[in-house]
Amino acid sequence: MLAISARSDFAPPHDDPLVTMRRLSFSRGEHRIFRELDLTIPRGKVTAIMGPSGTGKTTLLRLIGGQIRPDAGRIEVDGICVHELGRKELYQLRKRMGVLFQSGALFTDLSVFDNVAFPLREHTRLPESLIRTLVLMKLEAVGLRGAHALMPSQLSGGMARRVALARAIALDPTMILYDEPFAGQDPISMGVLVKLIRTLNDALDLTSIIVSHDVKETAAIADYLYLISDGQVVEHGTPQDLSHSASPWVDQFMHALPDGPMSFHYPAPPYETDLLTGTPS
Amino acid sequence: MMASLAELGRFALDRLARLGRANLFLLQLLRALSFLFRRPGLLVKQLHAVGVLSLPIILVSGLFVGMVLGLQGYANLVDFGATSSLGTVVALSLIRELGPVLTALLYAGRAGSALTAEIGLMRATEQLASMQMMAVDPFPRVLAPRFLAGCIAVPLLTGIFTAVGILGGYLVAVVQLGVDGGSFWAQMQAKVQLLADVGNGVLIKSTVFGLVANWIALFEGYQAQPTSEGVSLATTRTVVDTSLAVLGLDFLLTALMFGEW
Amino acid sequence: MKQKNLELAVGLFVALGLAAFFMLAIKVSDLSSLGNDEGYRVTAHFENIGGLKARAPVTLGGVRVGRVVGIGLDPQSYEAVVTMSIDPKYDRLPTDSSASILTSGLLGEQYVGLEPGGMDSYLKEGGTLKLTQSALVLEKLIGRVFTNMASGESAPPKTP
Repeated sequence: MLAISARSDFAPPHDDPLVTMRRLSFSRGEHRIFRELDLTIPRGKVTAIMGPSGTGKTTLLRLIGGQIRPDAGRIEVDGICVHELGRKELYQLRKRMGVLFQSGALFTDLSVFDNVAFPLREHTRLPESLIRTLVLMKLEAVGLRGAHALMPSQLSGGMARRVALARAIALDPTMILYDEPFAGQDPISMGVLVKLIRTLNDALDLTSIIVSHDVKETAAIADYLYLISDGQVVEHGTPQDLSHSASPWVDQFMHALPDGPMSFHYPAPPYETDLLTGTPS
Repeated sequence: MMASLAELGRFALDRLARLGRANLFLLQLLRALSFLFRRPGLLVKQLHAVGVLSLPIILVSGLFVGMVLGLQGYANLVDFGATSSLGTVVALSLIRELGPVLTALLYAGRAGSALTAEIGLMRATEQLASMQMMAVDPFPRVLAPRFLAGCIAVPLLTGIFTAVGILGGYLVAVVQLGVDGGSFWAQMQAKVQLLADVGNGVLIKSTVFGLVANWIALFEGYQAQPTSEGVSLATTRTVVDTSLAVLGLDFLLTALMFGEW
Repeated sequence: MKQKNLELAVGLFVALGLAAFFMLAIKVSDLSSLGNDEGYRVTAHFENIGGLKARAPVTLGGVRVGRVVGIGLDPQSYEAVVTMSIDPKYDRLPTDSSASILTSGLLGEQYVGLEPGGMDSYLKEGGTLKLTQSALVLEKLIGRVFTNMASGESAPPKTP
């Protein structure tokens, strides 16, 4: 796939990556989540980061967004080192990022319209008539213009996620981060979301990062895949590359086999000793 | 023995750390308050939530407390032929103690717990995180308006509670028990002082209680584990901690304000 | 529309709260106590003030004219010094007025009662009431009665 021309306000070379992570380490308490992770996200493409549950995929997004800081290593977004920024600069950077949270995270006390208008009202001094136009445009893009008067509690899960998507693109961000966009969706709304993510990426000239464990849907739209396990990148490449990978681990993950190198069992002492000791260790 | 000692130490350290976090939280809240000068509209919605919606319980409770004070005061004073000072008894107990304390306790149950649950759920459903990712700081946008609205609402509610309570006492004493209405008000006016009683009791006490109640409520919500269990625990803790803090502070303030009399 | 209603309700709430404070100020408390400090100060020495407390009323002919603002002890004479603040609208109290500590009712509170004198000069800020009558202390009174009875005098005891 051809790299889409970069936005004029930074004018970087075409193959300039948007996000780079170098030797990134992060641990939460005793638990090491990333060890010297290296990852590059190309501009203008849909990049998916996949891996089994509990591998810290969401943590990765929070690192990119600067909500948490790495223990060691470097994360650069558009050439800016995220974790060295002060609060003000970080907030400036975040205005160029849209994030779609797993739950949608719509403000429950605001209507659909006000939810989408929220970032516009907070960050711009646009007149209300213009905000209305912009909000209706964003809602039209996700196909929910008719639902602008509803409250979040009246929306289905898939609709809530689409409204959240409209809100995430309200400020015309450079990049958009999706946290498990397909989790818990019925097949139809899954299909809608898959199509939306792809269309928005191409139409709005975005860079999309998807964190997911839904292999089929993610592979269908991603230009590039990263597989993470045990704190490191296990494999990366285009979806075609990966589905024909020689690695048994990748094979297990991509084709959803129950057992393989990635054990079905959580690490435990030998079964017999555990049963014979009588008390859990 | 050693284990229980270590347990005690851990408990103390845990409490201390919590207190430190709470203080930092308050500092951040206060710093965020100036934002409200630019967006006073945010305050209106929260004043409605914590103030207007608390009115019914405050009105009803105030009326009943005042009426009970009237009845009990009458039963005691009638033996000394001093029923004419019933107004003083009712007014002073309401103004100095019952008004501020009961309002704060009712507020913690009605509005404080709701604040905790709201903030806790906003965290649990990633609303605060998404706000941060939209480059909007939740302190000025979400927490500060609630804090300031609460701090304004509690003194107003206390004033209303006290006034309604005195009216309730009047109803029982004058209308029902036949105490002379003129001396009810006159004795009250002779004894109740604007600054020393109304100022200290209603105004200062309720301001302090309002600050503490809202601080605890918002802090608990912000600190809550983002699970349904965590939020319910935080809500309970808001009511318990606020009640204890209000009663303890009330003793301190009373000793400072009225101790010498 | 919705926002309008909200604002209306909040406005009413604030107005109600302020009205409550207004009522507490006007109807319940003595608003004039605010202007207490504007009164002029007068001191009086008493041998014994009994249970007199600061903020006790000062009356003349049963009408309150001021408040007790301070109670101290004169280290030389060992007499109690009572400072009173008298409402400036009662500025024509003769300098030879007398002050006594009285009790309202049998169990009531103690207060300072003034008796006007006959001089033409009036009390001013910092003035002193020379003629005073101490509080009636029940124990002393009873003690006096017993002493008088023992010494065979039938005349009723004079107040100290």
